[in-house]
Amino acid sequence: MGEFKVHRVRFFNYVPSGIRCVAYNNRSNRLAVSRTDGTVEVYNLSANYFQEKFFPGHESRATEALCWAEGQRLFSAGLNGEIMEYDLQALNIKYAVDAFGGPIWSMAASPSGSQLLVGCEDGSVKLFQITPDKIQFERNFDRQKSRILSLSWHPSGTHIAAGSIDYISVFDVKSGSAIHKMIVDRQHMGVSKRKCIVWGVAFLSDGTVISVDSAGKVQFWDSATGTLVKSHLIANADVQSIAVAEQEDSFVVGTAEGTVFHFQLVPVTSNSSEKQWVRTKPFQHHTHDVRTVAHSPTALISGGTDTHLVIRPLMEKVEVKNYDAALRKITFPHRRLISCSKKRQLLLFQFAHHLELWRLGSTVATGKNGDTLPLSKNADHLLHLKTKGPENIICSCISPCGSWIAYSTVSRFFLYRLNYEHDNISLKRVSKMPPFLRCALQILFSEDSTKLFVASNQGALHIVQLSGGSFKHLHAFQPQSGTVEAMCLLAVSSDGNWLAASGTSAGVHVYNVKQLKVSIGLNVPACISLCHVLPQVFEYSIPDKQYTDWSRTVQKQGFHHLWLQRDTPITHISFHPKRPMHILLHDAYMFCIIDKSLPLPNDKTLLYNPFPPTNESDVIRRRTAHAFKISKIYKPLLFMDLLDERTLVAVERPLDDIIAQLPPPIKKKKFGT
Amino acid sequence: MAALEEEFTLSSVVLSAGPEGLLGVEQSDKTDQFLVTDSGRTVILYKVSDQKPLGSWSVKQGQVITCPAVCNFQTREYIVVHDNKVLRIWNNEDVNLDKVFKATLSAEVYRILSVQGTEPLVLFKEGAVRGLEALLADPQQKIETVISDEEVIKWTKFFIVFRHPVLIFITEKHGNYFAYVQMFNSRILTKYTLLLGQDENSVIESFTASVDRKFISLMSLSSDGCIYETLIPIRPTDPEKNQTLVRSLLLKAVVSGNTRNGVALTALDQDHVAVLGSPQAASKAWAIRARLRLKKKKLFLGILFFWMLIYMLWYYGENLFMLHGKSLTVIPYKCEVSSLASALGKLKHGQDPGTHVMPRFVNWETPQGCGLGFQNSEQSRRILRRRKIEVSLQPEVPPSKQLLSTIMEDSEKHIEVEVRKFLALKQTPDFHTVIGDTVTGLLERCKAEPSFYPRNCLMQLIQTHVLSYSLCPDLMEIALIKKDVQLLQLCLQQFPDIPESVTCACLKIFLSIGDDSLQETDVSMESVFDYSNSVHDEKMEEQTEILQNGFNPEEDKCSNCDQELNKKPQDETKESTSCPVVPKRAALLNAILHSAYSETFLLPHLKDIPAQHITLFLKYLYFLYLKCSENATMTLPGIHPPTLNQIMDWICLLLDANFTVVVMMPEAKRLLINLYKLVKSQISVYSELNKIEVSFRELQKLNQEKNNRGLYSIEVLELF
Repeated sequence: MGEFKVHRVRFFNYVPSGIRCVAYNNRSNRLAVSRTDGTVEVYNLSANYFQEKFFPGHESRATEALCWAEGQRLFSAGLNGEIMEYDLQALNIKYAVDAFGGPIWSMAASPSGSQLLVGCEDGSVKLFQITPDKIQFERNFDRQKSRILSLSWHPSGTHIAAGSIDYISVFDVKSGSAIHKMIVDRQHMGVSKRKCIVWGVAFLSDGTVISVDSAGKVQFWDSATGTLVKSHLIANADVQSIAVAEQEDSFVVGTAEGTVFHFQLVPVTSNSSEKQWVRTKPFQHHTHDVRTVAHSPTALISGGTDTHLVIRPLMEKVEVKNYDAALRKITFPHRRLISCSKKRQLLLFQFAHHLELWRLGSTVATGKNGDTLPLSKNADHLLHLKTKGPENIICSCISPCGSWIAYSTVSRFFLYRLNYEHDNISLKRVSKMPPFLRCALQILFSEDSTKLFVASNQGALHIVQLSGGSFKHLHAFQPQSGTVEAMCLLAVSSDGNWLAASGTSAGVHVYNVKQLKVSIGLNVPACISLCHVLPQVFEYSIPDKQYTDWSRTVQKQGFHHLWLQRDTPITHISFHPKRPMHILLHDAYMFCIIDKSLPLPNDKTLLYNPFPPTNESDVIRRRTAHAFKISKIYKPLLFMDLLDERTLVAVERPLDDIIAQLPPPIKKKKFGT
Repeated sequence: MAALEEEFTLSSVVLSAGPEGLLGVEQSDKTDQFLVTDSGRTVILYKVSDQKPLGSWSVKQGQVITCPAVCNFQTREYIVVHDNKVLRIWNNEDVNLDKVFKATLSAEVYRILSVQGTEPLVLFKEGAVRGLEALLADPQQKIETVISDEEVIKWTKFFIVFRHPVLIFITEKHGNYFAYVQMFNSRILTKYTLLLGQDENSVIESFTASVDRKFISLMSLSSDGCIYETLIPIRPTDPEKNQTLVRSLLLKAVVSGNTRNGVALTALDQDHVAVLGSPQAASKAWAIRARLRLKKKKLFLGILFFWMLIYMLWYYGENLFMLHGKSLTVIPYKCEVSSLASALGKLKHGQDPGTHVMPRFVNWETPQGCGLGFQNSEQSRRILRRRKIEVSLQPEVPPSKQLLSTIMEDSEKHIEVEVRKFLALKQTPDFHTVIGDTVTGLLERCKAEPSFYPRNCLMQLIQTHVLSYSLCPDLMEIALIKKDVQLLQLCLQQFPDIPESVTCACLKIFLSIGDDSLQETDVSMESVFDYSNSVHDEKMEEQTEILQNGFNPEEDKCSNCDQELNKKPQDETKESTSCPVVPKRAALLNAILHSAYSETFLLPHLKDIPAQHITLFLKYLYFLYLKCSENATMTLPGIHPPTLNQIMDWICLLLDANFTVVVMMPEAKRLLINLYKLVKSQISVYSELNKIEVSFRELQKLNQEKNNRGLYSIEVLELF
């Protein structure tokens, strides 16, 4: 395979926002995650935990609650006092309704999914009816004296529990009146705290209400009599979240110390019918506050200030020991935040509210495997481009020639022209963007930088001709009638003739750019040169209109078993035009160059060998060589691409650097101090 | 020598509004809070230690603030002048400057000057001075002209000298400077002409002044970069005559070169002066040098460089405020008295200023509540000025008076009813005072009539949470005499300020009182868990394992003691597993454990307790410790149990105070050996843990070094 020079970049100073809420949808096995900057992401748990949908954040939108209702509809509410519904097809916000109760702290959908309940700052609990295309205010419940921080429906839908400051109220849904008020003890380890905040409540079908509060307690209440049944003191800090399994035989709570506790309903003695709640397992996967937890049938899901989404499968629920039983920690978005100009060796980094442009350094030295070469020129920070307004950047791209930068927010599309004069760089905004170019989900430049492809959220694909300092709209591929599916992945062939686009439902469309017509509509789970969710690789030959022979061989022979057990989605794939036999693909923990000329590995061969073969003859080496060249040196790997035949660029983001930028966690007492 | 601490910028001070940046920074009535006025429309109240604004007020669009806002320390109001003539007075609760008190004056105001302890003064541009109250009485009064035409006030300062306010202001006319000193005790205005001395061409850039017994020391920073000092006598010899003053060179070339702008000077105290200026204005506009020098000795002590552009400089308390560019930088500093000790580094630092204890108790002299009795002149004037409808105060609450009279005469039963009645009332503003008076009354009567002891009443009053030991020291004294352990327990739980001697007296009673008399009392048992039912022999086995975690008893040098102990193993098990005291006594002792104390004051009193009692208490504490270590969280069961730290501290205290006595007692020997073993095992566990921690840290360091390759590198990679 040979040697590569690798630009190992660690100056991408990206810090993901902390996770605020997660909501699990049992029907579609999807997980919605909202972050503190207002971003909402949807993960498909069946498809290798791939982050398939994404709604950009907004400065004024602090999401405090997230829930699924009516099956597949996703709602959020936040401190700006609005309830929003997300359009999961077009990937935009359908509407926002002000609840007129001040900031909203909590939200819960009724068990039937037809009603929505929000708890507001002013102490009101408001009931909304979900209509097919909107939500409609129905009525207020009895006003409480302080903010409603948590809500939970009784599974029958007749009662609700609401957690406030220092007490929990139980409401009758029919009359809207509070039937019980359960006062929470303020004492914490013998010390009376000022206030006890009920961070979470859960209403079980037998009438038990479970509450978690800022004094570190998990308490069980009888809602019929309004009395405390049992109290577990589990933490010295706040217990901030609770989630109950659908069968109501286990629940999970998260604390501000970063610990997640699992509680289970177990028989008091073996083969007795009397059961009680027992704290079974503590998990410490977080360093900071666990702001939110969810309970899927097979796993505990938690997220918090330390920005990780942790999915911890429950071993007793997993039947086969495979990689589904492994712990997963998702930190980085699966969408592309980095783009690269090969010609000028530039990297464009996308942050929430600004872009950074860096020029890679260079070296004249050579070396052998593993050497770090002396730099003749260090990397330069060329440009810092701040956006105006409160909206986050959705996507960005730099052209391969390095002279165009495009990015988009929800309401505006920006195109800039860059001029290089020696060491100086000047930036000019291309004004007067056409009205249809308002919001782009994905932007791509053709290899020769003369065309700009924009996937808009209306489902249309726009092709724009760039020449000199001006642009011209060439064509728009409109989506098939009746669908508004948004395209979220784009790829262009190196000669610029073919454009492939993939939407959220995994179909791939290939367009002929020259003749401006839809060429092929593939219907495969995933396709080459686009994102791979399944551990499969397909190669499709467009001129022949069929899968290539290599691809058929791969499918026939099957992949190596270790390859199939990989658990992180591949986030990027690319080719180099001068080496058509090589495919570069990477995920967060490894990258792989597939050499199609070499034989495929079978299950007996060693797939990954981190050490260079030493004293083996050429014959053995040739015999053991196989197509998959894997390296796990760079991690976590956010981006990797070929700059030229022998040069790679790898962007890493060490987790320690992210932790260093987070606020300090709660200090725990150590021994002997 | 002065030490400058790390600076910080008050970033959220929005200065862009004013074209000339800030007008001034003035102290507010609370330490650490400052009024920042920008030259546009805004006044911000800033809390420096938190680096955040507490309040912000703006005048209307079109109006311009012309004089920095100051605080009237007497009324806690803020005063600002906008459009030269309009005076506004407001306080913290006001939101909108348009709606606050307004007075339009007949002449233009130069500055309002306010210092702690006196009413603010208003200095007009024509040189006249008025007290604020006198001015507000008739805002349109005629203001005379003091200074001549074309004379302009350059700078002013207000002092208190021997409790008399003194105002000094400097004027300039055609390059000549005049100093005016206004004395307020004698109402004399003295005018001086400042002679510039040898260097007539230099322009004075900045003034500052400090007071030194007989003289006002006026310092000026000239454009040649030197500081000059002029001494102005506080008591003028002949006020009528126009006098001249000569200045003398104090510090040479503090600010080097030909600076024309951005220099400032301020006297920090009698020995220190802070100077800010730009040294090479031509070469680097942003380079500023600040030097701190010991003024008197002309001794150069330290140079500090600040690379910033500074136009103005203020200081208050221990903060230097510098305006540079459009942001305000605060540098906390400390001027220490120079001494041989400090030069040798042997000076003992005083108390850490950070540990400032907030007073916790109600000050009965000045009730700060709803204006009860707060009827002094300022208050009434203020209310009048704010044009508020004065709420007529209710006449003195009769129920409390009635209660007090009942206390003096009636029977216990009747008093109890009255007290209950009073407590059932809604809490009145004078609630605290009445409760205090009631208790004092009751205690006085107790002392007078030995048979009178209204126990229930006192208990109810203690439970109102408003009493403290210092308020009614007799209460615990009487309870001690009566051996009323229940009341003592309540006091220990409720009072935050019991002296150690009293705590110790309580402890003595708790330890000595007979079990049979304890049975009759009704002490609160919430801190005691029923220890007796959870004792099993198997548990004890585990127990010792935990205790000896990390060390092997065989290696123990005290093995002969072990043998001795092993002779009566069953005895020992029995001793350490059952609680050595009855539950009621345990509850009382727990109250002692919870109480606050300071070791130095407690130790001498602990020595007075008989040795048998000490041993009993130690046994109980040891028993609690064993209970604690039974569970992983090291806590005791129960609602309000003593914590492990409290238990350990008391064991240490008792041993410290009585070791020589206890060590001689044969019955305490086993306990002491147990404690010794406990400490020894703890030490060995901790030392092992510390070793592990250190080795982990080293490993972590190694690991980091291996992974740390900097932010960018080009590497060679070969794929096989």
